[in-house]
Amino acid sequence: MGKLSRDDVLKLAHLARLELTEVEIAEFVEELSEILQYVDMLQGVDVTGLKPTNQVTGLENVTRPDTIVDYGYKPADLYKNVPAMQSDHIKVKKMIG
Amino acid sequence: MGQWQPIATIAADVQAGRVTARSIVEQSLKTIAKRSDYNAVIATLEERALSRADTIDALVGSGASAGRLAGVPFIAKDNFLVFGAETTAASNILKGFAAPYQATAIERLEAEGAICVAKANLDAFAHGSSTENSDFMTTKNPRDMTRVPGGSSGGSAAAVVLEMAPFALGTDTGGSIRLPASYCGAVGYKPTYGLVSRSGVVAMASSTDVIGPLAASVADCALVIDVMAGRDSLDGTSIENDPLGYADVTPALTGKKVGVIKEYMAEGVTAPILGIINQAINAMADAGAEIIELSLPSLPTALAVYYILCPAEVSSNLGRYDGQRFGYSFQEADTLETSYKQSRSRGFGKEAKRRIMIGTYVLSSGYYDAYYKKAQTVRTKLINEFNAALQEADFLVGPTAPDVAFKIGENIDDPLKMYLTDILTVAANLVGVPSISIPAGAVDGLPVGLQIMAAQRADRELLSFANGVEELLA
Repeated sequence: MGKLSRDDVLKLAHLARLELTEVEIAEFVEELSEILQYVDMLQGVDVTGLKPTNQVTGLENVTRPDTIVDYGYKPADLYKNVPAMQSDHIKVKKMIG
Repeated sequence: MGQWQPIATIAADVQAGRVTARSIVEQSLKTIAKRSDYNAVIATLEERALSRADTIDALVGSGASAGRLAGVPFIAKDNFLVFGAETTAASNILKGFAAPYQATAIERLEAEGAICVAKANLDAFAHGSSTENSDFMTTKNPRDMTRVPGGSSGGSAAAVVLEMAPFALGTDTGGSIRLPASYCGAVGYKPTYGLVSRSGVVAMASSTDVIGPLAASVADCALVIDVMAGRDSLDGTSIENDPLGYADVTPALTGKKVGVIKEYMAEGVTAPILGIINQAINAMADAGAEIIELSLPSLPTALAVYYILCPAEVSSNLGRYDGQRFGYSFQEADTLETSYKQSRSRGFGKEAKRRIMIGTYVLSSGYYDAYYKKAQTVRTKLINEFNAALQEADFLVGPTAPDVAFKIGENIDDPLKMYLTDILTVAANLVGVPSISIPAGAVDGLPVGLQIMAAQRADRELLSFANGVEELLA
């Protein structure tokens, strides 16, 4: 593990919905491989009997009442940031090319 | 530091009518303008700040209480949502984003009369150790303009040291408050994970992100934490605050057990920094603290754990930037997928892309167990070692960073070397314990930070102890 090919980089970019330039592809093949080789040091660490940690303060199933709270904010404040709208809907490009 | 009184004094003066909030805010805005060549601040909120100042002066005039932070100006890192103001996270993809709501931290500070005067520069999305990853500009170190201020809260740290405001807010995911505090010569506090609500703060790595203050003194940081801390129904990971609060930081050194972490005083840390930290430890001993040497054998793996977990969570948190609902949008695309790809590729900078790529890799099918799950398990090992050490000692000490601030441009082409600057700070984030960096001295005029950590939820004890150490080092 730890060494990425050009094809690996292209596949990852697609999964992450990124389109990389030729320069970026070449750089990432080198840089990501170097970073992955560094983190490979963990492969040798003995973790027998240990469970993975997902949450450090021990909280579980934090819920709040399912009620509407008025914080004073308006949908119009959200809409200001939407790139394209039609009435109260967000407009996107066609999904099937 | 010169022009600002302690925060509690400023608020008391405003409340007593000895000085107006407007004059304090104007003083802050004037300093920001005068020192703009340091690139510490992305935008000022002049109109909003002055109007809030007038509201506070009117409150005081009517004899009402204007709050514990009455008229105190502060600067928020530009990944905090301040209602109505632009929030960019120093990224092109969020340029022009008008915050549709407000961060709980800002809300709580404003409820006590504090006034947000400006938004500070950062590495875009808080990805970095120098602010060189900001999509807009690099902040300069207040002690030496050819050097970085540290990151990612570099603008916040520089702003405090340049006396633009009495305090600033930062976020700390792997060291992003403490490292710039160390490099610039400020006090930087990373509280226990969950102590301050993160609602309304641009998410980076959610299992380690915390919010905290940077200021001139431990007492100032403690007061700000006291106002911000506690449960928030808008952040499910937030925890209850200490019923005794955090503002009362009576110095407490005598009889405290201080663990010197062997792995923190090891290779990689420069000799002059080791000298300064050892001097501080000797001063603690002279003041009645009991010094013991401790070992955290898994510490050398902490950075590797972090650079799996952090990009994994980053790649997930940055998934929402798709160019459709907010942020930069490539409208010339024919299909939705092209719009996604072009919006993200044009909107994200190099470091964000790098972390998204690593994160996508370590979370992908076939590699998940070897990387992500393994890192989460080594994290458990680290937590166990910290817990054992904190049974032996009340506090753990060491340097904040292995070296002083580096030159602008020095590490920019070597991402791994840049990541290594976080080597002494990331463990506290992975374990969730509170950690503070306080100025302990200087090497050739460049500040050196002392890092002190305590057990989860021992924030009040840590701040009190740090206040005592700060007095010793003064």
